[in-house]
Amino acid sequence: MRYLLVEDNRELAEAVVNRLELDGHAVDHAASLAEAEDCLAVASYDLILLDVMLPDGDGRTFLTQNRAHLETPVIVLTARSQVSDRVGALDQGADDYITKPFDFSELEARCRAVLRRRGGAARNEIALGQAVFDPLAGTLSHRSETITLRNREIRLMEVFTRHPGQILSKSQLMDRLFSYDAEVTENAIEVYVGRLRRHIDGKGVRIETVRGLGYRMETDDA
Amino acid sequence: MTATGSIGRRLTLLLAGVAALLSVLSWSMVTGLAWQAAERTQDNVLAASATSIAETLRSEQGEVRLELPYSAFSMLGAISEERVFYNVMAGSALLTGYEDLPVSTLAPPAPGRVSFSTSEYRGSQIRMASVTRLVLVGTGPVPVTVTVAQTRGGVATIAGDLSQLAAILSVAFFVVAVALSAFAARASLRPLNEIAQAVSRRGPSDLRPLRRAAPAELAPLMTSLNRLMDRLGQSIRRSEDFIAEAAHRVRTPLATVRAQAEIVLRSVRDEDEKQRLRRIIRAVDESSRSAGQLLDHATVAYRAEHLVREPVDLADLAARTAASLGPTAAMKDILIQMDTEPVPVVGDPVLLNNALRNVLDNAVKYSPAETTIALRVRADHGEARATVADEGPGLGDGPAEALTERFRRGSNTEGVVGSGLGLTIAEDVLLAHGGRLELETDHHGRGACVSLVLPSA
Repeated sequence: MRYLLVEDNRELAEAVVNRLELDGHAVDHAASLAEAEDCLAVASYDLILLDVMLPDGDGRTFLTQNRAHLETPVIVLTARSQVSDRVGALDQGADDYITKPFDFSELEARCRAVLRRRGGAARNEIALGQAVFDPLAGTLSHRSETITLRNREIRLMEVFTRHPGQILSKSQLMDRLFSYDAEVTENAIEVYVGRLRRHIDGKGVRIETVRGLGYRMETDDA
Repeated sequence: MTATGSIGRRLTLLLAGVAALLSVLSWSMVTGLAWQAAERTQDNVLAASATSIAETLRSEQGEVRLELPYSAFSMLGAISEERVFYNVMAGSALLTGYEDLPVSTLAPPAPGRVSFSTSEYRGSQIRMASVTRLVLVGTGPVPVTVTVAQTRGGVATIAGDLSQLAAILSVAFFVVAVALSAFAARASLRPLNEIAQAVSRRGPSDLRPLRRAAPAELAPLMTSLNRLMDRLGQSIRRSEDFIAEAAHRVRTPLATVRAQAEIVLRSVRDEDEKQRLRRIIRAVDESSRSAGQLLDHATVAYRAEHLVREPVDLADLAARTAASLGPTAAMKDILIQMDTEPVPVVGDPVLLNNALRNVLDNAVKYSPAETTIALRVRADHGEARATVADEGPGLGDGPAEALTERFRRGSNTEGVVGSGLGLTIAEDVLLAHGGRLELETDHHGRGACVSLVLPSA
C-alpha cells in the first residue's frame, strides 16, 4: 500500500512513517498542503492521512477543494476533540478521522476499515505455504476453503508474515496486538497463537515455539 | 427584562383618545350649528311675517289701519306646529293682538329694521321679531311696532334631532376610529415583530447579519443588532479558535511523545524498560483523554445552554455512532449488535452523538475481548430509549448514580484508562434535552446496562 501522510510536525510524521513502513507500506510525507499537491500530481496513493492544522491552511478546506477529483480515501488526523469538528470532517468528505495522540494499532485498524470499505483496487495477498492470506479482507484461503479471521488473529498473522523466519517475543507481539489502555498478560498471546496454529494446520505453514524467546513462523517451501 | 407596557396598546389608546376628543368636538359643533341654523330659520320667518304685517299699515281717516295677511301666519306654521303670538302697537297704544306680550318698549327698533329678542311668555320660551314703521296720522308720524312671536319648542326639537343624529354619527366614527387605530398600531409594529421572529427562528450558531427590508425607523435597531451579532460571532470564533489551538498545542506534542515511545518500545529488549515505556504511553493516553473530555465538557456546557432543536432519528444517530467506534471495537474483536427501530426525537444531533459516543466508548473500553455489546433503540411509553448493554465487569460496588459525578470512576476500573467525565457529559446532554441517564448492572451480575432516555418527538 502506498500512503501519503500530510503532517507538519516532523517528529510525529517521522514516527508515523516509521511505523507504517514497518508494516510494509510505502509512505510519502508532505509537511504542507503545497507539498501534498505536488505529491498528488506525480503519484497515486491508496490512502491519505491528512492533518487539519497545517502551516499553509486548513486540511478540511483542502479536502473540500480536492474531494471532487480525488478518488483516494482520506483519514483526517485532528488534535481537536470536539465532536462537531469530527462530524464536520466527515461531512467534508473524509472517510474517517482519528484524534491525536493516537494508538498506532487504532490508526492501523481505521486504515484497514477504510480500505476495506472503499474496496480499493489494491489487494496484497500473501502466499503462505499452500495457503493465501489476505490481510485486508482478513481471510485465509486454502484450496476451495476460505476462513475469515478475527481482527486480532489478522494482526498477529500480519506480524508473522512481515517477519518470516524471525523470532518474535511475546512482549513484541503484545505491543502489536493490544492497545495500552488495558492491562493484558502474556497468556493472551498464547491463546491467539494457539488459534492461529489451528487455522493454518496442514496448510504448509507453521508457528514454532522457540523456548524462552518467543515464536517463529516457518513455511514448508522456505 | 422588565416590560414597560405594550407599544401597540399605548399607540391604540393614544389614537382612540384622539378619536374620542374629535368625536365629542364634532358632536358639540354640529349641535351648536344645528341650534344656530334652526334659530336663524325661525328668525327669518318671524322677520318676514312681521314685515309682511307691517307692510299693510296705512293711515285712514286719522287712524292707523292694518290687515293681518293669512300668509304672515301660514309661513310660521311651516317651521313647526308651535303657538304664535302677535301684537301691533301704535306708540304705546295696542292696536291689535296680545296685550301682555312682553315687548320691549324701552328701545323700539329703528324704522325699517327688525329686532329680535327672547323672553318668557305663558310658561314657554318665545322668540319675538319686531318691526317699526312710521305711519303719518293727522299732524305727525306715529311709530307703529309690529311684533310676531313664536314658542321655541320646534326649534329645540329640530336642533335636538340633529344633535342626536350627530351623536350617533360621532359614536360610529369613534368605534371605527378605534378599530382603525388598533389595526394601524398592529400594522406599524409588524416589521418589528417580523425582525424579532427572524432572530428567534435562527439557530444558536447562526450569527449572519439580518438582511431584510425594514422601515427607516428600524434601521438603527437593525444596525445595532447586526453589530452585536458580529461581535458575538467574533468572540465565539475567537474562543473556538482558541480551544482548537489549545488542543492542537497540547495534543501534538503528546502525539509525538506517544509515537516515539511506541517506536522505542519495539527496539528495546529489556522487559523492565518496556514496562516503563508502556506506563509512559498509558500516562499520555490518560492526559490526552482528560484534555479531550474537559474540552468536550466545556463544549457541551456551552451548547446545552443554547440548545439546537431539530428532528433527529435516534436509530440513525446510533448507527452512525456505532460505525465510528466500529474499528476501535474491532481491535478487541467486540461486536456491536444493533437492534433498532426508527425513533424520532428533537434535539442537538452533535450533543446527542457525543452522549451516545461516551456511553458506547465506555462499553468498548470495559468489555473483554470477543464479546458483544448490544445497542438497542426503542420507543417505550412515550419515551425514546437507547440502551447500551455490555458483557463487561458491570458498574462495580456503590451507588450507580454516583458514577455521573465529575471525575468519579467506578470501583472496578483499575487498569483501564479513563477520565471520569464520560458519563457526566452524557448525563448533562440528556438533562439539557429533558431526558435522563439510567445506569444498572445486569441482573446476572455481569455487564453494565446504560440507557439514554429522551422524551419522544
